Amino acid sequence: MQENKDNKKSIQEKLELLKYNCANSSHLIVDQKVCAKCKDKPCTFICPAGVYSKDEITGEIIVQYENCLECGACRIACPKNTIDWSYPESGCGVVFKHN
Amino acid sequence: MDTINKADVIVVGAGPAGISAAIEVARGGKKVVLIERAQYAGSKNMYGGAVYTSALKEVFRDDFETIPYERVINSHTWAFLTDTGSFEMTYKNDDSTASYAIKRFNLEKWMIERAKEAGVYYIPNTLVTNLLLKDGVVIGVKTELEEYFASVTILADGVNSLLSRQINLRNNYEPKDIILSVKEAIKLDKKIIEERFNLKDDCKNGVNKQYFGTAFGNLKDVKNLFMMTFLYTFKDTVMLGVGANLADLTKNKLNLNQILDEVKKHPDISPLIKDGETIEYSAHLIPEGGYKKMPKLYSSGVIIAGDAAGFINSVHFEGTNFALISGKLAGESALVALENNDFSERSLSVYRKKLEKSFIMKDLYAYRNVIERLYSRSNSLSVYYPKKIRELFEIVTSANCISKGSQIRSYVSSFFKDRNISELFKDIFAFLKCGLDVFFGK
Repeated sequence: MQENKDNKKSIQEKLELLKYNCANSSHLIVDQKVCAKCKDKPCTFICPAGVYSKDEITGEIIVQYENCLECGACRIACPKNTIDWSYPESGCGVVFKHN
Repeated sequence: MDTINKADVIVVGAGPAGISAAIEVARGGKKVVLIERAQYAGSKNMYGGAVYTSALKEVFRDDFETIPYERVINSHTWAFLTDTGSFEMTYKNDDSTASYAIKRFNLEKWMIERAKEAGVYYIPNTLVTNLLLKDGVVIGVKTELEEYFASVTILADGVNSLLSRQINLRNNYEPKDIILSVKEAIKLDKKIIEERFNLKDDCKNGVNKQYFGTAFGNLKDVKNLFMMTFLYTFKDTVMLGVGANLADLTKNKLNLNQILDEVKKHPDISPLIKDGETIEYSAHLIPEGGYKKMPKLYSSGVIIAGDAAGFINSVHFEGTNFALISGKLAGESALVALENNDFSERSLSVYRKKLEKSFIMKDLYAYRNVIERLYSRSNSLSVYYPKKIRELFEIVTSANCISKGSQIRSYVSSFFKDRNISELFKDIFAFLKCGLDVFFGK
C-alpha cells in the first residue's frame, strides 16, 4: 500500500470532524537524538492521527500533538521506547461524542 | 489536611470499571472520590459499539431500565471477506436483550448520574499525575493542583494505565500484545438503516457484524495481518471499524486508517454505508495479553481493575462486562479492607480471590493461549480459509458442467496440495487446542 498522500489527506479530513479542547503544551515528547538513530520510525506511519512526521530538511520528528486521539499506539510501537507519553492536561485533548 | 481531600477510597478513571467500583464503595456507606481527567466521562473512550446487559444489571440493579441505549443488538453475523464478496453466518434472536448499542459518551454520562445518586464524589476535569506513596504503601494521588488521600486507591485508568506502571505493578506491553482499533461513526437515516439491515420493531433490533479476512483490494498482498472488521447499527449511525495487531501493522508498515478506507470500499461493505456521512473518527487500544500479561492486581493500598488490568476477552468482543464486574469486585474488596482496617497487600488479596470465583479469572485462564494460537495462524485465518470458503461455494453454487464428484474430490485434495502439509496440521492443532482449552476451562 503506497498511498501515503491519500491516507494523509483522508486522516486530515477525519480529524477535522473532531472536537478538541485546549492544547497548551505537548503531552508527547520525543528524544530527537534517539529518533535520529531509529531506522524504521514506526511512529511516522503507525499513528492513526498522523501525529508524527519527519522533517524533510532537518530529519527531526515533528509532533503535531494537538491532533492526538490519545490511543497510545505510538508509545508501545516505539522500538526505542523513547516517547514520553502522558495524557493532555486536565480537561484537554480530544472529545469523542459518537463513540 | 483538608477534609474534602480525604476519603476512604479514591477511584481513578470514570469508565465502566471505575464507576462500578465507586458505586460499590458508596453503597457500602464509605466516602469515595471518583477522579476523571476528561471534561465529560466517556469522551475519551471508544469501543465497537455494544455493552452487555447482564453486567449492567448486576451493577445498576433496577436503574438499569433507564439506560438510554440506541438499539438492542440481537443479530450477530460472522463473516469471511474475500476479494469479490463474502461468506456470512448469521444468528438472529429477536427476543434477545443481551447487548445494547450505546455511545460511550452517553453510557458514561448515564453511569455518572447513577454514581452521584449513590453518593459518589465525582471530580471531572482532573488529571491524576502521580500516586502518593509512604513506605511503599499507596496513600493517595496527586493531581495537577492538589493531593487526595485515601486508605485504598483503585486504578481504573484504562488500557494505558500510566499509574500502575509508576509503581511497577505492570510492565509495558509489547506491540504483539496490543490491538489498535479505529472506527468511524457514519450517519445514515434511521429508516435507511432499518431497511438496509432488515430491522423491524424500531430500536428493539440491531445488528453486529464481525468480519475476518484481509485478502481484498489493496490489502491483497499483505501477509501476516491479524485483523478484524466490525460493524454495529445504532439508531441513525453505523459504526464501522477495524482492529489489527500492532506488531503486524508495524512490520507491514501499515496505517490503520488506510486499512479502514480499504474496508469501506469492499463490495460487501460499501453498500451498507452508501450515502452515509462520517461524523466522527476515533482510535483506541485493546490489551490482548490476557492472563499471561496480567499485572500484579493489587499492592498495599492499591487495586487495579478493568482495561488497566487487561481484563478482556477479545475472541468474544467482551470488555465492558469485565470492566463493570472487576470494578464491582474491587469496590467490594476495598470495603472488606476498610472493615478490617487493614490495607496491606495481604488484606487486599481478597480481590484476587473474588476474581477467581467470578467468570473473569476463569475465562482469562481458559483463553490464556487462544489469541496467541489464532495469531500464530493469522495467515490461515485472514487469507487461506477465506479463499477456500470461496472455492467451496463456487463449486456449490455454479453449475459449470463438471461433475460434482470430481470437483469435490479435487477440492478436498487441494487442502493437502495448496500448502506444505504441515500448515494444515498446524491449523487443526491450533484450532482444536483453542476449543479444548475453553471446554475444559474452570
